[in-house]
Amino acid sequence: MNYEPVIGFETHVELASRSKVFSSTRAEFGGQPNEYVNPVCLGLPGTLPVLNRVSMEMSLKAALAMQCEIPEVTLFDRKHYYYPDLPKNYQISQEYQPLARHGRLNIVMPDGTEKTIGIHNIHLEEDAGKLIHEKRGGKWISLVDLNRAGTSLLEIVSEPDLRSREEAEIFMQTMRGLLRYLGVSDCKMQEGSLRFELNISMRPAGTTEYGTKVEVKNVGSIKAVLRALDYEMERQTEILEEGGRVIQETRLWDDDKGETRPMRVKEGAKDYRYFPEPDLPPVRLERDYIDRLRAELPELRDAKRKRYVEQYGLPEYDAGVLAADKHVADYFDECCQAHNAPKAFSNWIMTYLLAELKDEDSDINDLPVKPAHLAELVKLIDDKTINQNLAKKVFKEMMESGKTPGAIVKEQGLEVVSDAGAIEKFVDEVIAENPGPAEEYAGGKDKALNFLLGQVMRKSRGQADPGAVQEILNRKLRS
Amino acid sequence: MVEPYQLTAWEAADLLARKELSSRELTESVLQRIERTEPVIHAYQTVLRDSALAAADAIDESRAHGEAPSRYAGVPLALKDNMCMQGSPTTCSSRMLESFVPPYDATVVQKCMAAGLIPVGKTNMDEFAMGSSTENSAFGRTMNPWDLDRVPGGSSGGSTAAVSADETILSLGSDTGGSIRQPAAFCSVTGLKPTYGRVSRYGLVAFASSLDQIGPITKDVRDAALLLQIISGVDSMDSTSVNAPVPDYPAALTGEIKGLRIGVPKEYFPAGLNAEIRGSVEKAVQLLKEQGAEVVELSLPKTDYAIATYYLICTAEASSNLARYEGVVYGRRGASQDNILEMYMSTRSEGFGPEVKRRIMLGTYVLSAGFFEAYYRRAQKVRTLFRQEFEQAFKQVDVIMCPATPSPPFKAGEKTDDPLEMYLSDVFTAPLNMAGLPGLVVPGGFSASGLPIGVQFIGPVFGEEKILNAGYAYQQLTDHHRQKPPLVVPS
Repeated sequence: MNYEPVIGFETHVELASRSKVFSSTRAEFGGQPNEYVNPVCLGLPGTLPVLNRVSMEMSLKAALAMQCEIPEVTLFDRKHYYYPDLPKNYQISQEYQPLARHGRLNIVMPDGTEKTIGIHNIHLEEDAGKLIHEKRGGKWISLVDLNRAGTSLLEIVSEPDLRSREEAEIFMQTMRGLLRYLGVSDCKMQEGSLRFELNISMRPAGTTEYGTKVEVKNVGSIKAVLRALDYEMERQTEILEEGGRVIQETRLWDDDKGETRPMRVKEGAKDYRYFPEPDLPPVRLERDYIDRLRAELPELRDAKRKRYVEQYGLPEYDAGVLAADKHVADYFDECCQAHNAPKAFSNWIMTYLLAELKDEDSDINDLPVKPAHLAELVKLIDDKTINQNLAKKVFKEMMESGKTPGAIVKEQGLEVVSDAGAIEKFVDEVIAENPGPAEEYAGGKDKALNFLLGQVMRKSRGQADPGAVQEILNRKLRS
Repeated sequence: MVEPYQLTAWEAADLLARKELSSRELTESVLQRIERTEPVIHAYQTVLRDSALAAADAIDESRAHGEAPSRYAGVPLALKDNMCMQGSPTTCSSRMLESFVPPYDATVVQKCMAAGLIPVGKTNMDEFAMGSSTENSAFGRTMNPWDLDRVPGGSSGGSTAAVSADETILSLGSDTGGSIRQPAAFCSVTGLKPTYGRVSRYGLVAFASSLDQIGPITKDVRDAALLLQIISGVDSMDSTSVNAPVPDYPAALTGEIKGLRIGVPKEYFPAGLNAEIRGSVEKAVQLLKEQGAEVVELSLPKTDYAIATYYLICTAEASSNLARYEGVVYGRRGASQDNILEMYMSTRSEGFGPEVKRRIMLGTYVLSAGFFEAYYRRAQKVRTLFRQEFEQAFKQVDVIMCPATPSPPFKAGEKTDDPLEMYLSDVFTAPLNMAGLPGLVVPGGFSASGLPIGVQFIGPVFGEEKILNAGYAYQQLTDHHRQKPPLVVPS
């Protein structure tokens, strides 16, 4: 029997708001342990939460970009569980009236087909701190770092609408791309600012009933999610094929061993005792405000993709690649503003710049080659100061030194030699040094041209314009 | 001769303004009184002698330059020990927070200090404000100055006893189900619970967030009005504080009550009500009627559900608010620390007293899966009904008058073994917290055996001016609030 996976994601996003979600403490990655804390995010007796408007606005933007329904009033609730990284031993979250429901995210498959993935709800909550376990004086101790405690965490719960590994991969990339487009998160998976929690069940292909789902946590990158997904698909299929039953549970991904294993806590034993947070009054979401936020949404991926095809005449594929990431698209747009050569920029970006990005957290903006530099390089090609071959050399140097192409060309004297006198001198030398091939070419053998051309280029250290060289050879030998 | 510690704040303010009294003299007088009286009363958890005297000197200095921060600058104030004051222990009368020194000031503390009031100490209370007798303090009970064998009420019993025994000029308490008003009645002092949201809760250690409210405990209504003036107002640190204009409360005290419509709800005068309390309240109503007030018979039938509903909501919120005490970041950490669960259990077993544990267990049960809808959600719906019933009533009347407590102060130990009986102490006060309404309790006389009796005025939302003025008019006609307990203290 064939089995198909039914996949959904809980996407956890650390918002880029500068202060925490319910206190004025700085929200920042890193820092000395417990550097970014104040009485409120430490949960000291007597302190009260106050909602960070920026966090709410970022959340609403994400919700609107996913075409969610936004209620007129959204509420916060307390979710209770004991853990040392959770200072109040309850997390302020949204259980009963989240800020958004019933949205969708469109994904585009490599063959161009589109698929709509449902968004069940989006809610805003506070993140926990972290524990560090260390051996000191031969004894294991646990240390608590509350820098992250209270930072804004957006949880986007998708419907289980994904049906393959490929769809899952494209969903994650699309989600990440969208969030970066909105500027609501830096989406660095290694720093934990973007985390995907996987829900997966298997069922016989062609059936409509859902199987028993398993949640997989602790997955640190898109690659790891896909590995965990492969592992779970195989594990669950095996169980089903042997006539067994999959247990509903939460499993942890072990990246070193490449396997999932059940979490110790029994699912049934959990009772979060949710109740409405009495310290935070209902948040009224005025329609005017929501409409304004909707109108202010930036040009998103699909719109950009269309524009690149229509305005610049780029192939669909190129447009899709460039538009997928906000920073890449911004980079491309900036190049096009500086110099009108969209196809050339598209080629450079896709062939050379994207190849320099090592992993999914790398950012085109961190590369030493800036849009203005790339624009200058293409301009130098277009006005024939350098040719394609030289341009590649210059680009390599730009990547290494971060210098502008103009400076590199000047420093290394790399301009194309189109001065007829200089080229003529090289041609004369080559004819004198290679009388045989010269005679052959003069006698009508076209094959000899490449050899002669190569010799002249070598003498000019690649800087001669090949068109000009051929013209002079013809004049000297064939006229 | 009147000793400075016997003054009200407004009397002291006059003397301070005329430079007939310095803040140093006033503060020293109060501190001496505390020193002499505390062995008998035990109203205080902490006395802030050094910082109080330093603050008093600073106020005298600024007043000498004509720069006193307010008319009441230099007047001593006692804070209930659940209000955070930077650098001073804030214990909530619990072993759990015995060592807790807050690194920040509660908003009310900030406001009082900005007005130049002098915090002279932190007062004893029922642990985490849970109780009606101050017997639940982990550090010993407070005596009722009118009868040392009796309780001062609670949970703000330390604050009311301190005011009653002249161990401070002004005091702040907190009221979740009657914790300002019931002990005010028991100690024969004036106590006001403001409208929910009138005063910031930031820095008040939470018991039940949707019910807690800070309010003045004073020697008369005039002082309550001026202290309310100082502590009121919206606060960016408390999202439940309300952005409504703060009226000039002392200016509202005209004493004019002609035409004032006073509602008397029959459910607050049940058949079994203590006869002397019934008599005192009826007499108070009659007195105001003679001054031109109009008396309207009312019915508030939902009152019967008050205690049941109140204890569902307050225990649920308490179980959540007190979850944070587990010894990780601050406060007590239990002796057993072999693993995290052991640490949690020993911390909470050792740190909390029996009443707090009882309420945490009740509240945990109320919020647990399967019971939440039946208990908490339904209690919230009943709460809406309470609010509506009062709203209807206030279409007919300006203020409501009723008893503050079903009985006069009871003996220490009398109800400690019967929590339900203790819970019934809140029957006339808790409905206001559920509806968010302001309530004022003033001394209403004494029983035949000399025990204090309180009279309660209930106002509509943000109706503090109305009840303060009604209470003021009553105090113009009576001298119960000027009676002092016959306290014998070592000199």
